Amino acid sequence: MEETKPQLIKITFDGIEVEVEPGTTIMQAARKIAEADESQGHLVPPAMCYYKPLPTSGGKCRACLVKVAQGSAKDPRPMPKLVPSCITQVQEGMVVENTTNQGVLDTRKSIVEFLLINHPLDCPICDQAGECHLQDFAFEHGSVKTRYEEDRRTFDKIDIGPFVQLHMTRCILCYRCVYTADQITDKRVHGVMNRGDASEISTYIEKAIDNDFSGNVIDVCPVGALTDKTYRFKNRVWFSKPEDAHCDCSKCSGKVTLWYRGDEVIRVTARKNTWGEVNEFICNTCRFERKKTSDWVLEGPTKVKRSSVISANKYRADLIKKPDFALKLAATQFKPIDDTREFVTDGETIRQQSIENNDKANHRSLLAKNN
Amino acid sequence: MAKKILTEHINVPGIETFDVYRRQGGYTAVEKALKTMTPDEIVEETKKSGVRGRGGAGFPMGMKWGFLAKPEGVPRYLVCNADESEPGTFKDHYLMKSIPHLLIEGMIIGSFALGAKKSFIYVRGELMYVIHILEKAIAEAKAAGFLGQNILGTGYDLELIVQSGGGAYICGEETALLESLEGKRGNPRNKPPFPAVKGLYQSPTVVNNVESIANMPWIINNGADAYAGIGIGRSTGTKLISASGHIKKPGVYEIELGVSVEEFLNSDEYCGGIRDGHHLKALVAGGSSVPILPAHLIMKTANGEDRLMSYESLSDGGFATGTMLGSGGFIVFDETACIVRNTWNFARFYHHESCGQCSPCREGTGWMEKVLHRIEHGHGSMHDVDLLVDISKKIEGNTICPLGDAAAWPVASAIRHFRDEFMWHITNPHEASQPGAVYQGEMALV
Ligand SMILES: Cc1cc2nc3c(=O)[nH]c(=O)nc-3n(C[C@H](O)[C@H](O)[C@H](O)COP(=O)(O)O)c2cc1C
Ligand code: SF4
Ligand code: SF4
Ligand code: FES
Repeated sequence: MEETKPQLIKITFDGIEVEVEPGTTIMQAARKIAEADESQGHLVPPAMCYYKPLPTSGGKCRACLVKVAQGSAKDPRPMPKLVPSCITQVQEGMVVENTTNQGVLDTRKSIVEFLLINHPLDCPICDQAGECHLQDFAFEHGSVKTRYEEDRRTFDKIDIGPFVQLHMTRCILCYRCVYTADQITDKRVHGVMNRGDASEISTYIEKAIDNDFSGNVIDVCPVGALTDKTYRFKNRVWFSKPEDAHCDCSKCSGKVTLWYRGDEVIRVTARKNTWGEVNEFICNTCRFERKKTSDWVLEGPTKVKRSSVISANKYRADLIKKPDFALKLAATQFKPIDDTREFVTDGETIRQQSIENNDKANHRSLLAKNN
Repeated sequence: MAKKILTEHINVPGIETFDVYRRQGGYTAVEKALKTMTPDEIVEETKKSGVRGRGGAGFPMGMKWGFLAKPEGVPRYLVCNADESEPGTFKDHYLMKSIPHLLIEGMIIGSFALGAKKSFIYVRGELMYVIHILEKAIAEAKAAGFLGQNILGTGYDLELIVQSGGGAYICGEETALLESLEGKRGNPRNKPPFPAVKGLYQSPTVVNNVESIANMPWIINNGADAYAGIGIGRSTGTKLISASGHIKKPGVYEIELGVSVEEFLNSDEYCGGIRDGHHLKALVAGGSSVPILPAHLIMKTANGEDRLMSYESLSDGGFATGTMLGSGGFIVFDETACIVRNTWNFARFYHHESCGQCSPCREGTGWMEKVLHRIEHGHGSMHDVDLLVDISKKIEGNTICPLGDAAAWPVASAIRHFRDEFMWHITNPHEASQPGAVYQGEMALV
């Protein structure tokens, strides 16, 4: 029998036409546009809860809401409400507005506000700072001031298992860790207790998840709510140097990213793709116990593509488009300084410089330790 | 006397027992439906009757039944929503504890019409004694051959299961209810897929309110045309109204849809009027989730027509000057009621009951509550009022389930109609925060 290819579906996203397979979500269609043309990366709706490798995730944070201006070719009516692009499937002839719709952008701004009102904003002492999706989200879509004057909710820190610490106060209840725990273990010990803004992530009656893959909850957590105890306060991520490496592991793929400070491996994580997602979960042995270079076969520096300060010069002045408050603030409050250094744009030089800076920083911290 | 469909026999002594219920003509509708009608005919009849869902949204029940997917080899379910937790609404409770067989009879007819072999009644957790009443009634009906295997020799099997909830308002939202019924945390699901396609255990499911289902025996016995003849326009049949607040006779009343609000409020057959020496200030017509109305918009609509107790008339004027029939929780406020305090109280409820899945509702409900608490306790500032309106707008329409809207509407409508009262709280913080202090400024009372 002749194999029939599935009919592709054509949609328009922010004025760009793209063809995708039936069953694709709006988010995936937008990512397809950006994967074909990197300069369109900013069109992709932000995802704070959706995580492609975790089936049934998404639909919760509402960061990715978009306007469907035309439902389909058959039924061209617009959808009455904004829809979560991460779980809404495309229809032939659908017209979606994201960055081209002011209502969408305003709503997104309020989602940032909602996510931040109960967030401690303790970035200066948070291990996630620098690779935190909430920081990126707030930076790209938030406003500079808060209107929130009330008390924030707080929780005590708790250890879940020997390797993972939960700072519930920072959690944005995206449920990613819950889905991860659901998938890696059949004993359901990790979930959400209580309701509303009193909800908290919990392991069943404080039971530690003693599963070989439990460390992956750290990688899926978009904020610093679940952190690696073996890495606590070791370094700022932007001072460490990621290298891809692999080993022959009997439990997982063994494909990891090693984070170096000088010659020392200070952290091991799974590899993240362009969208900050882990496709191959790694085992706890690789993550927490193989911390010597000799445990690994190095593949070379990790290419960090987007959404991280580590992806060189993310916050460079000439790359900042939104929000304009930063520029306004700079214009009103800061005196120009005489800096004749050139902007460096080529990747290799940047890498060299960051290695040097890194080494200097490490040197300083070593000095501090020795004194 | 107005037509009674649900409460006709409710005061007959012993009506909660099978024998007395049967003597009053009970279960004849099951006999008629199972022996002389096909499932499709029942669905058609339900459509023709025009009966609308009584749980709050008012969606036509027959149409909902018609949408049920019927894939081969997959079970279908009928689930009765008896989680009734909306502040101001207590009609289902009254119906189930007084005349449990009416609901059971309706469930048998509905299940047969939808081809369900197992059906559920999900009762809010606090109502344990009602659960016992229902279970006893089910046992009686089963003993009499109206439930179980081969009902009335027709070959139709039905098992009816009563499930208790855990006391969470959110489990009244239909998809949260299904999650809870499956033994999971009661988080509403994203829609689509709708329950009609993927509901309980991923199978096609219909969720209906107690009162909606309890209409079925009468419709089968008397015909859809007779039912559609009651009421007004697209609001057919009767409706149970839970009346509470500053009225002489609080209680549950069955009205024909279309009686005027004035008659319902003032006649001795129903609420009996505002308590002596007081005046009507505001009304929440359909349970805490619907917009509050000020006195001058209660008896008449904005364009001067009589306001009627019907889906259409109550929502006349949209949210600017109208409200909704909702679940029929009729809460009356006289001039001694503080709107700010009441709004705070409602906001506190939604803050407490939000499941916390989606950020606008989880964070926004708490924020609104805190700001309202501040205003009520004399620590408000001028921009707080606009802040509240803005928060409510940012929640509305952006959430997974309608609880977000239900939290936003009472706040937005109270400010829309009683802004002066909020302002008075802010400009006279000391006076306003005294116990029992109420705004006395200019406003219409009736
Ligand atoms: C937060 C929330 C709570 C609800 N609570 C109830 C309830 O207690 N009882 C009820 O019948 N419907 C309730 N509903 C409405 C249900 O979701 C659903 O629409 C209804 O059960 C459908 O039945 P009906 O068509 O017969 O009205 C609630 C909805 C929401 C959003
Ligand atoms: S702990 Fe992290 S991953 Fe888990 S719900 Fe909270 S923010 Fe999401
Ligand atoms: S709107 Fe509120 S109650 Fe409904 S799903 Fe979202 S957080 Fe839960
Ligand atoms: S990413 Fe779509 S709702 Fe969270």
